[in-house]
Amino acid sequence: MTSVAPVAAAKPGGPTPSKGGAAGRPSAVAWLVVVPFLAFVGTFLVYPTVLVLFGAFQDSNGAFTLENLTTLFTGVVFDAFVRSIELSALTAVIGAIFGALLTWAIAVGNPDGMLRRVVVAGSGVLAQFGGVPLAFAFLATVGFEGLVTKFLRDNVGIDLFAGSAWLFDLPGLTLVYTFFQIPLMVIVFLPALDGLRPQWREANASLGGTSWTYWRHVGGPILTPPFLGALLLLFANAFSAYATAAALVSQGSPIVPLQIRGFLTGEVVLGQENLGKALGLGMVIVVSIAMGVNVLLQKRVAKWVR
Amino acid sequence: MGSLVKQRVLRTIILLVLGVYFVLPLIAMAEFSTRGREGSRSLESWTSIVDDEGLMEALVNSLLLSVTSAVLMLVLLVPTMAWIRLRLPQLQRLVEFLCLLPLAIPAIVLVVGMAPLYAWVNYFLGDSPLTLTFAYTILVLPFAYRAVDAGLSAIDLKTLAEAARSLGASWFTVLWKVVVPNIRVALIGASLLSVALVLGEFTIASLLNFDTLQVQVNLLGKRNAGVSIAVSLLCLIFAFVLLFALSYVGQRRRQTVVEE
Repeated sequence: MTSVAPVAAAKPGGPTPSKGGAAGRPSAVAWLVVVPFLAFVGTFLVYPTVLVLFGAFQDSNGAFTLENLTTLFTGVVFDAFVRSIELSALTAVIGAIFGALLTWAIAVGNPDGMLRRVVVAGSGVLAQFGGVPLAFAFLATVGFEGLVTKFLRDNVGIDLFAGSAWLFDLPGLTLVYTFFQIPLMVIVFLPALDGLRPQWREANASLGGTSWTYWRHVGGPILTPPFLGALLLLFANAFSAYATAAALVSQGSPIVPLQIRGFLTGEVVLGQENLGKALGLGMVIVVSIAMGVNVLLQKRVAKWVR
Repeated sequence: MGSLVKQRVLRTIILLVLGVYFVLPLIAMAEFSTRGREGSRSLESWTSIVDDEGLMEALVNSLLLSVTSAVLMLVLLVPTMAWIRLRLPQLQRLVEFLCLLPLAIPAIVLVVGMAPLYAWVNYFLGDSPLTLTFAYTILVLPFAYRAVDAGLSAIDLKTLAEAARSLGASWFTVLWKVVVPNIRVALIGASLLSVALVLGEFTIASLLNFDTLQVQVNLLGKRNAGVSIAVSLLCLIFAFVLLFALSYVGQRRRQTVVEE
């Protein structure tokens, strides 16, 4: 790479000063190159987003109103938000704790080993592409006729569904969500654990420190910010998730994404066409807060790490 | 070295417990999908995957979509990102913001805004499921952006481009013969990620009423759980193979960088 450098040094005398180089003032033609990208993203990302955000403030006739937003704080919609936040927070904490343990277990092993490869690839699958298959994995395991359900019923005498159809409500969703939250934690947290240098551990040991003093004074403080950041990311991830819940819960709408499904598939009360958009706005706000706090956190850390 | 023994024991316990936790559903899927009548074993669920015309059609749709979305993503992203590094650095922040924006907007929210847009798309381009290409290209942007950005950061783009230009290459030649070959590993990574993402996508397809693999799997589950579970297991295994392959692609790049 460095061997090419002399060409750059010779540039001022080269044949291309008028068209190449000169990053100061790109010509109008230079801007044309980015038009397709901007036009595409403008149409298929910015426009739909704006439609949702502005629609949240409009009534069915397009006039300005705050009614949609005030509805967010009442009745079933508000309950759905509370449940969504509870579900996301709970699964984020469970995912972060068990995910961190699993990350540690593979981080102390061989970095090019098969175990690590399998866990990382498997985590990627469950964290990002689980969706509908995950719901069916659950039906096969603890559904009415699932492997575990049948085993417990026939051999142990425990009926998993004695109390209620919990699998299709919040407890079930909590259980299913851990199956993509723990893997996501592995993916997000592994780089942080890989960043711990073995020398620090050795220094601690040579100064007479124990495992406890190492984690209390070295590992812990260093890993706290990435851990909290991952926790927030997991929260946002669970809060945004739709596919698994939609495949599992076909009746009722306990959480916000499923409420939005109701609005899109036609269970709309007349005059509330834009309530779905207000729900969307609410989701974007919650996710943005989680992401924003994360950015602030990492910025502070970047300051004192340097 | 008592602590090392303790560490090993703790590690084994964690791996065993979580290993069982994650593998058990896979075993259950294999067991459930091979159930026959009255406790016997049968491969009926698996063989009927191929016989199900709706499912096969949806699979073809999803496979086509994974290709069209990856291609559109590359065509839009690579020239733009390379050009911005070379000539329009002032746009870097904006493009990064736009590419990462889908992370802050859940797909379920995006689809609310896309529904009216797709009424127009389907009016002008017909209601082929392939029109989902547009929505999916947006969904894969954050992942693709990071991969391509990492690829471009790893090469000395300015010097390479100026060298090629001073030898008389057109900008297209620079892009096609200099930039693309130098970041091909990143492009393969971005493409594999978007293929996996598109094959697993459910939210947008189902709410815009398009027939893709995941939509069919979900529908089928209401009639025949065995087949749905068999296909689900296949999807997970396929995604795993893709990502497992990807881990070797990433490693090859690390090694070449070290060599340089």
